[in-house]
Amino acid sequence: MTTAPISTAPAGPAARRRPAGRIALHACLIAVLLVMLYPLAWLLATSFKPADEVIASLKLLPSHFEWSNYSTALDGVNEVSVGRLLWNSLLIACGAVLGNVISCSLAAYAFARLRFRMRGPLFAFMIATIMLPHHAILIPQYIIFNQLGMVNTYWPMILPKFLATDAFFVFLIVQFMRGLPRELEEAARIDGCGPFRSFFSVILPLTRPALITTAIFTFIWTWNDFFTQLIYLFEPEKFTLTLALRSFVDASSQSAFGPMFAMSVFALLPIVLFFLAFQRFLVEGMASSGLKG
Amino acid sequence: MTATATRPQGAAPPATGGKRAPKRERQGAAWVFLSPWVLGAAVLTLLPMAVSLYLSFTDYDMFDAPQWIGFRNYTQMFTEDPRYWRSVVTTLTYVVIAVPLQLAMALAVAIALKSVKRGKGFYRSAFYAPSLLGASMSIALVWRAIFNDGGSVDNLLSGMGIDIGGWINKPGWAILSVALLTIWQFGAPMVIFLAGLQQIPVELYEAAAVDGASWWRQFRSITIPMLSPVLFFNLVLQMIQAFQVFTPAFAVSAGKGGPADSTLVYTLYLYDRGFTASHMGYASAMAWVLLLAIGVVTAVLFRTSRAWVFYANDTNEGGR
Repeated sequence: MTTAPISTAPAGPAARRRPAGRIALHACLIAVLLVMLYPLAWLLATSFKPADEVIASLKLLPSHFEWSNYSTALDGVNEVSVGRLLWNSLLIACGAVLGNVISCSLAAYAFARLRFRMRGPLFAFMIATIMLPHHAILIPQYIIFNQLGMVNTYWPMILPKFLATDAFFVFLIVQFMRGLPRELEEAARIDGCGPFRSFFSVILPLTRPALITTAIFTFIWTWNDFFTQLIYLFEPEKFTLTLALRSFVDASSQSAFGPMFAMSVFALLPIVLFFLAFQRFLVEGMASSGLKG
Repeated sequence: MTATATRPQGAAPPATGGKRAPKRERQGAAWVFLSPWVLGAAVLTLLPMAVSLYLSFTDYDMFDAPQWIGFRNYTQMFTEDPRYWRSVVTTLTYVVIAVPLQLAMALAVAIALKSVKRGKGFYRSAFYAPSLLGASMSIALVWRAIFNDGGSVDNLLSGMGIDIGGWINKPGWAILSVALLTIWQFGAPMVIFLAGLQQIPVELYEAAAVDGASWWRQFRSITIPMLSPVLFFNLVLQMIQAFQVFTPAFAVSAGKGGPADSTLVYTLYLYDRGFTASHMGYASAMAWVLLLAIGVVTAVLFRTSRAWVFYANDTNEGGR
């Protein structure tokens, strides 16, 4: 926020290097980057490869583009179309986003801006749950959702988000809200705002960057989540894209490779789009989560 | 920054004792705001923790009522189950390889990026991208293919005269490919390192340069101490995550943890016991051992951190 203008300041000894040093540095970074991007390029290239080229050919680019991989992938798996799988994934991810944004901002406001008894211990407990391995509560949660008849529905993926169980995001928003000047609420109080008005009209609008970060991370993490979906969903109709890819895990036949990776492209596309659109929020959100602790 | 710097974290805001009525009212308001979280913490965290502790002392298959068997699950786990120990060793191997290398990579690239002026934003985003994509099943499947027999990695290595064959069919190498997938996702800790590096006052380096300190000396005496809180944060976070790795091990081994149980990480075995074999009591006991193990490792890290984590707040925070 009020950090020194970093970009113009000389940053350590390396900045004073001669142009040759700078070029070498860029060359190194680009080399590392190329190696890192290889798996993604491979994924994209393979999704267009005809079956006989997937392993026989060492070239990254296919000899001709096999569009049929994509039409096969569109048909989906287990007679469930990609459209349906995509819709299921979207439903879960959007439900989770809505839940996290609402419930985490409410809890964060109480922790960051309000005084109440037990605030210290409860805050410490909230922080501790960030470190709690999911598996310690997994089985009873499963039993609870089973008792409620919610296994093989999307509720186990969505409902906990409405109860602010993702403590990481509560923490993220708390950290952000703490940075807002207290005078804001004092002014609002003088104007006759209660805590609810000042939350909705003063604090929440100013917290938008943290809320956007929460929304995007929730979307991506829920979209990618495999374990929870694996446990709770068993009917192919209800499968998400991530889960549908699972059926390829057992199939080792090379002929399925093209369509399998075409489908993987479908599964990654929303994340890539989100990333391209919101990279600033994502990178800054990640950076600030580790700093103001 | 301005607001937090003047008020230490966790400390109560300035006393409002003078005002009368609103105080209790605001207490009530706080609990309204907090209610979803309280409900979630009670019903979806605390209660399940208690229940899973109870279940860990029972034989439970989800259909019949749990049978109390005392410490049987634990003794069986520790003394009669070689696959359990296999999963422990596999997970520890993975953690010990993946976490330090991932952090070293993240720090190295962050330091390189710090002195880059042009294209910094591009590099930052590009290196960060795998951290978001890498958790997906799609990338895990890519990993399985390129580390398979005849995959790109096999081809590249045999081209250089190194004959390993497919990594994912070789016990010992398979878990290494999973570790490489984790190291590949060094972008998230890198971004945190980079933000930390930018908080180090430039004057420190200038003063050191005037004194004739070498690059290595500056790295050791300025960068590392000033970065130690961030290093610590990354270490704890990545460690906790690494203990719970699941998706890539599942994908690489088709859900079975093979070959020869060499990718049977802890959570994969827990899933196998609980949801495939329907031994929910046993899986609960495994979950509690994992919880304790993560607790102990975190506590040890916190304890040792006193010796090497340096908080600069006391010396330079006031001025900002």
